[in-house]
Amino acid sequence: MITVLILAPILLPAAGSVLYGLLGWRRPTTWLGTACAAGLLAAGIALSIVVSVDGAYTAAGGLLRVDALAAFMLIVIGAIALLATAASPAYLDAELHSGRMSTRAAGRHSLLVQAFLAAMALAVLAANLGVVWVAVEATTIVTAFLVGQGRSRAAVEAAWKYVVICSVGIALALLGLIVLNYASSRTSAPAGLDWVRLAASAPELSPGVTRIAVALLVIGFGTKVGLAPLHAWLPDAHSQAPAPVSALMSGVLLAVAFSAILRIKVIADAALGPGFVRTLLLVMALATLTVATSLLLAQRDYKRMLAYHSMEHMGLLALGTAAGSRLAIAAVLLHVLGHGLAKAVLFLGTGRVLQLTGTRLVAEVRGLAAREPVLAGLLGLGVLALLGFPPFSLFASELGIFRAGYAGGTAWATSIALVLVLVITAALFSHAGHMLLGNPPPGVLAEGPGAATAPARTAAGTTITLAGGLVVCAALGIAAGPLTHLLSLAADILTGTP
Amino acid sequence: MNETLYVQLLNLAAGAFLLAAVLVLWRRELAVIIRVFAVQGAALAGIVAVLAGHEHSAELWAVAAGVLLLRATVLPVLLLRALAGAGTAQRETAPLVNVSASLLAAAVLTMIAYAVSKPLVDLAPSPATRAIPIGLTVVLIGLFVLVTRRHALSQLVGFLLMDNGITAIGFLTTSGVPLVVELGVSLDVLFAVLVLQILTTRMRATFGDTDLDELRELHD
Repeated sequence: MITVLILAPILLPAAGSVLYGLLGWRRPTTWLGTACAAGLLAAGIALSIVVSVDGAYTAAGGLLRVDALAAFMLIVIGAIALLATAASPAYLDAELHSGRMSTRAAGRHSLLVQAFLAAMALAVLAANLGVVWVAVEATTIVTAFLVGQGRSRAAVEAAWKYVVICSVGIALALLGLIVLNYASSRTSAPAGLDWVRLAASAPELSPGVTRIAVALLVIGFGTKVGLAPLHAWLPDAHSQAPAPVSALMSGVLLAVAFSAILRIKVIADAALGPGFVRTLLLVMALATLTVATSLLLAQRDYKRMLAYHSMEHMGLLALGTAAGSRLAIAAVLLHVLGHGLAKAVLFLGTGRVLQLTGTRLVAEVRGLAAREPVLAGLLGLGVLALLGFPPFSLFASELGIFRAGYAGGTAWATSIALVLVLVITAALFSHAGHMLLGNPPPGVLAEGPGAATAPARTAAGTTITLAGGLVVCAALGIAAGPLTHLLSLAADILTGTP
Repeated sequence: MNETLYVQLLNLAAGAFLLAAVLVLWRRELAVIIRVFAVQGAALAGIVAVLAGHEHSAELWAVAAGVLLLRATVLPVLLLRALAGAGTAQRETAPLVNVSASLLAAAVLTMIAYAVSKPLVDLAPSPATRAIPIGLTVVLIGLFVLVTRRHALSQLVGFLLMDNGITAIGFLTTSGVPLVVELGVSLDVLFAVLVLQILTTRMRATFGDTDLDELRELHD
């Protein structure tokens, strides 16, 4: 029974992907993707109940393993996938109507999105770090096609940059895994790349070799997270991908890669002491925050603005992980979920804005509130959520990260980060204000290539999806409820305190 | 196979492996670069075969055959096919760093590789692990090619050089990486190359050529 539950998050989207491959995009398959995502979320919730009661389980001959962290990540993937796939039919309908996408392309889009979900579920469930690597690289390959879907110059360029930079980063991670495997083969009980056994035998690993391995792994998986120095692909890929894909990439994919770093940190801390990964993550976090801040200030493209803002949040995650206390890790995990929900809402909402106005420029979208009050209201709330205003859960998690930072001996870095976050908040406020408020420029509805043909009203499904995401995000901020237990279990695993 | 012959053969294969990487830096005709890459794939298969002979492992022999098939045949053929479709651009016209400076850089990278990989060799000194710095040099040279070349295909070769180097380190350190992972890695590399090849085709369709200087739409 539990084996079925562990396999379901991988096999459901994989089956969905096959079905889309066979049937294509047509009326009966419209909600298939949403159903698969809902199934993934349900399996994630069921698994978190199981691991909360009984602890970790392995399945499939030791290849898959579910613990509190994996179950929590499945909930994150499932929740955001549900948002993205629920908004997909309306998005694809509008694209089909305007002639920017053919029915075949819509079918391929849905197929790839489901394959993407399956790869991410595999990445969090794999017991072996090697399989984690394979799954993360598989997400790169699948999403490359989704990014390059537009076939415009910009889309092809973004896809090229994405594959090259991410493949190089992930190749460094592979080198790190090989070196780690080498170090572990010289211990008394060679563990290969099995995470649990590696973590158990970590104190025996040769420090010199492990240091090389961990640096390569953190930089390598950090590429996929969008941490500096290998972050250049992120704004391009996230801004060029179709809205539901941007939501998934920004909300989940970054977090899935980050969970790999969390697992590596456990091994590194046991082998090298906490100092090494902390320094590495602090440097990367501050570099990422600085890059994101400087490029956000004068950003003119609103999807790129959101992409840089994702980088800021990934920097915060790295900062919290560097602090490394139980509170910090629990806050980091809650932040992953809150950021994913809010970012998905914003990317889906701005995807709708792009369809309505046909422009990506902040300056050309003015007075959205006057034309689309509901959409503008949801976007405004989404921005507030993302900036960490109460009652949304990002308020609680950012507070937790900063508190842990001051308590955990990284006060100077936390102070720098706080200043940078304030600057970003101001910048995002002013950009969002420009887009949502003020008078719409005259004749704006007739402008833009997509504007005339897009359905004038935003579909009810989209509105409900966006509102739903925000409500969940706010509810989590008021009371994390049963998640609290799961989060503390995951934090226990990741800090090595049973 | 006696010990002296094993060490000599291993050094020979590793030397050919390194030399091929340097040759890629030296030459600018893309067709030549791709052939050199195929030679490097064969040298990598040679390293694996020598290890297989030393350890009398049938599994490693099979892996050596697989490496030869993938890296000395399939990937070069894919690259050559992409080149045949590339039309006019058969040469790396203007690398960011000229050839003599690139060769000097290769020397510096080799020294860096030897310095960095010292802990790796010290952990378990043996003829095989003493060749690890060569694998690391090839990784660094691959990265260098990727950063300094502008033609999409030379960048692809740079990426594949990196991957060859990583694979070599994998075989030189242990042969113990689980088979599932090894298969997955090979498949992923193949897919990444296919994706990049498709993108090159699309780039040619939209940009006219595959010179990455054309990629200037997205920046801040």
